[in-house]
Amino acid sequence: MNIYLLMFFIIWIGGWWLNVRISKFETFNLAKFIVPSLFGVVFLFMWELIVIGLTINPVLLPAPTAIASKFSSSLDILWIDFVQTLVKGALSGYILGCGSAFLTAIAIDKFNFLKRGLLPLGNFISALPIVGMAPIFVMWFGFDWQSKCAIVVVMVYFPMLVNSVQGLELIDPSRQDLMRTYNASYTQTLFKLRLPSALPFIFNGLKICSTLALIGAIVAEFFGSPIKGMGFRISSEVGRFALDMVWAEIFVAGMAGCLFYGVIALIERRTTFWHPSQQK
Amino acid sequence: MISVSDVSLTFETNDGPVNALKNVSLEVNEGDFVSFIGPSGCGKTTLLRVIAALEIPTEGRVTVNKMTPDEARKAREYGYVFQAAGLYPWRTVSGNIKLPLEIMGYSTSEKKDRTRKVIDLVELNGFEKKFPWQLSGGMQQRASIARALAFDANILLMDEPFGALDEIVRDRLNGELLNLWARTRKTICFVTHSIPEAVFLSTKIVVMSPRPGRITDIIESPLPKNRDLNIRDSQEFIKIAQRVREGLKAGHTEDVI
Repeated sequence: MNIYLLMFFIIWIGGWWLNVRISKFETFNLAKFIVPSLFGVVFLFMWELIVIGLTINPVLLPAPTAIASKFSSSLDILWIDFVQTLVKGALSGYILGCGSAFLTAIAIDKFNFLKRGLLPLGNFISALPIVGMAPIFVMWFGFDWQSKCAIVVVMVYFPMLVNSVQGLELIDPSRQDLMRTYNASYTQTLFKLRLPSALPFIFNGLKICSTLALIGAIVAEFFGSPIKGMGFRISSEVGRFALDMVWAEIFVAGMAGCLFYGVIALIERRTTFWHPSQQK
Repeated sequence: MISVSDVSLTFETNDGPVNALKNVSLEVNEGDFVSFIGPSGCGKTTLLRVIAALEIPTEGRVTVNKMTPDEARKAREYGYVFQAAGLYPWRTVSGNIKLPLEIMGYSTSEKKDRTRKVIDLVELNGFEKKFPWQLSGGMQQRASIARALAFDANILLMDEPFGALDEIVRDRLNGELLNLWARTRKTICFVTHSIPEAVFLSTKIVVMSPRPGRITDIIESPLPKNRDLNIRDSQEFIKIAQRVREGLKAGHTEDVI
């Protein structure tokens, strides 16, 4: 038997056994940190060993070390792509889309007749296929990040709108009556009662949209882009069978997505600490 | 202070109109402690909400401090305590008490003074920085009363404020409420479905019955204004409680026929 494959099984079983032992110390805070990290490390080792042991074609699956070396040798390109796609395309679209959806939600809440017009329209737009919209937007807004931003706006608008509207609707009637007994104005009620109590829903929308924005910006680049950007890089490197670069871009996208989500979840914890879902 | 004359209120529902109130008339004088008692569906909460301008009667006239209820609401003539304490969970106890003061535009120093004063009044010292969900039900209700007292309205409207509390806590809060009433000289309207609570607290007991919601008896209590929990064993107390019970029963018999 191949020595690498033998090591593969040894590390697998060893890591398994170790994690089962450690996870018994549930009360021990460090264990909560060690168990998932050990899992990650063992997983990477197994990946590396199986690729070498079975001499897998790097086009099918490159080893983690190959991806890491490609990653560190192309930091400049990865950075340019990251800025182009995630900062310029995804983030601007995310802010624009979520922001306008939020404002629309407030307008719908204030003027009820808008609900019947705008919600179905939002629903319709969100049902449009991205592969159809992307080339159209490229023609409208050009090859650069602006057309990607537009795609992201279309993708995040509806989920954000629905969540915000629902949050503003679900108000405890006696809290609303309380504001009435104080003769509070519309804006006072909005800022002191309705927005704070809608926050858990608004954050749900923001979290769902954070991943949608990344996917939208990357996929949109498949339909026309300048010679930079993560989607452009992935499609062109696939054509050259340089899968290690594709994996490096995927790694960047994954890390950025986790970070993005994590930041929003952190702000959520800080601002909706009072909500039962945030309490242990 | 509060005058209700010949008020009726009909809700339109999918099962047809519901007479929540039918020809209700009532006078509340300054400094009174009035209880509305009756089974659920008798319109006691609706009557309180009519006085607070949270519901508009279909017929009849209501005046609060010689104004219409809506004018009185806009003039912030009353404080309202809801059945569920209804504190805002994202605000601390003192933040909740400051809420009406913020809306009414009090200065920072006045907000501070008034908050301290009402926290003393309901004996919540030491809990100012706690969040509502860190308090027991009784303490939440105290904070809610403090919030209603903060802007010093003359009238206090209370909708079953102690309904969800156990009897021991309720007895204690009843005693404290009487003290508070004696010290602040407010006019209080209090909705309840507990006979001992109504008799113990009130100078005037309004007995109501359902379908349609109406007043079956108004009892002027002969009990002295200064009372403690022991008064519940006195002959007079038992007699009033009996009369309340009979009023409630009378409402029910008619209902069955």
